[in-house]
Amino acid sequence: MRIIVDRTRCTGLGMCESVAPGVFEVNDDGEMELRTATVPGERLAEVEQAVACCPNEALRLAP
Amino acid sequence: MTGHLVVVGASLAGLRAVEAARRTGFTGRITLIGAEEHLPYDRPPLSKAFLDPAGAPVPTFRRENVLQNELGVRLLLGAPATHLDPGRRVVVAGGRNVPYDALVIATGAYARELPGTRGLAGVHTLRTVDDAVAIREALDSGARTVVVGAGFIGSEVAAAARRRGLDVVVVEASPTPLSGAVGERMGEVCAALHRRHGTEVRCGAGVTGIEGAGRVGRVLLSDGTTLPADLVVVGIGAVPATGWLQGSGLTLDGGVVCDETLFTGVDGVYAAGDVARWHNPMFDRPMRLEHWTSAAEQGAVAARNALAPETAAPYSTVPYFWSDWYGGRIQFAGIAGEDEVRVVEGEAGGRLVALYREGDRLVGALTVDAPARVMKYRGLITRGASWSEGLAFAAERRRRTSGDLDAGVGTDAGAGKRRMPA
Repeated sequence: MRIIVDRTRCTGLGMCESVAPGVFEVNDDGEMELRTATVPGERLAEVEQAVACCPNEALRLAP
Repeated sequence: MTGHLVVVGASLAGLRAVEAARRTGFTGRITLIGAEEHLPYDRPPLSKAFLDPAGAPVPTFRRENVLQNELGVRLLLGAPATHLDPGRRVVVAGGRNVPYDALVIATGAYARELPGTRGLAGVHTLRTVDDAVAIREALDSGARTVVVGAGFIGSEVAAAARRRGLDVVVVEASPTPLSGAVGERMGEVCAALHRRHGTEVRCGAGVTGIEGAGRVGRVLLSDGTTLPADLVVVGIGAVPATGWLQGSGLTLDGGVVCDETLFTGVDGVYAAGDVARWHNPMFDRPMRLEHWTSAAEQGAVAARNALAPETAAPYSTVPYFWSDWYGGRIQFAGIAGEDEVRVVEGEAGGRLVALYREGDRLVGALTVDAPARVMKYRGLITRGASWSEGLAFAAERRRRTSGDLDAGVGTDAGAGKRRMPA
């Protein structure tokens, strides 16, 4: 699965980083960066939770 | 389980409850009851971008079609709940009896009002989209603005008024703003942000009267000052919406009292969001939070637990909230432990990171314009990190950034970029 970020919605709150650190990381400009393009299988549950908890609904998963 | 899930409260927690119910495969009936006429909408933007002149649309979460057809939710909007009879398993809302098999209470909180101001035009609290529209219209007309209460909502409104170049005074009854949320010392740091952006903050001044002929004209303070005002926004806290539950048998004590699974102790009844006072295992104490994050998460947990009580899971969290002032962002994770607060990066007046201690445990982190930091500390707090681990982590960050977090400290309101070395 790939993570798709809607940059028009993301405001860098960092909820995703809190749920799945190392996959998502907010940088010093307040922008969220993906640390991996595709989701490692063992982290899928975490990433799904991160996607679900985004306050701005800026994240989704695609095959 | 089949049967009928009823969710009272059609804001974030209620919406997340119905979504989670469907996600777990619940195929029974779902009814979502809301006091307001509006479809579920997002509240944080109402005191932020929504107040800008461009006139952002109502931040509705889901279209009616999605709620009704895709999620299969019956909507009962504009129908305030007035009664709960757990013996008969019936909620009364908008004059209708709604029977339930499982119930999630997510009625939120009301904005506290200043006594004696109801009906006086130009005086508003800010909780609903209708409130926000009225405030935006007043700002559009260039209102001289007085904000009562230097909490987060009031502070965001003040920042919105200043973005438009309007005169604004913030009046705060206690000696330090936000002392409950972030502690006295950091409350002072936050108040300084206002002053730096031309917002006058008067602490230790109570409002003794609001006068005007039909609409507000001036605000009288306990120190004898009279402030001219066309718009007064009252942000003095919120009261959990439990009035309709009086006599229901639920335990009401600063909210609907719940155990760690959000169970109220009354068969089939769970609570979520601002209205719920539950036992948070993370800090082993009862808490009632008014944060977006916990409302969303609790809504989902409460629904899942209500539908499968035998496998009910606890809800444990490190509270998190954010507030946007003058183009900058304040973020807070955890609780404002009272044993010690220490600034570990930056300094008051610029970007900073402050940590909170309770006993030998790291329990909280406040960041001002340090967006790359806050979730790392939230992770430490979640793992139960000790105070010394927290300090060691901060020292490591400082070492990696040459200790120079203040390089290029600027206050530029509205600046899109918030630079801080990694």
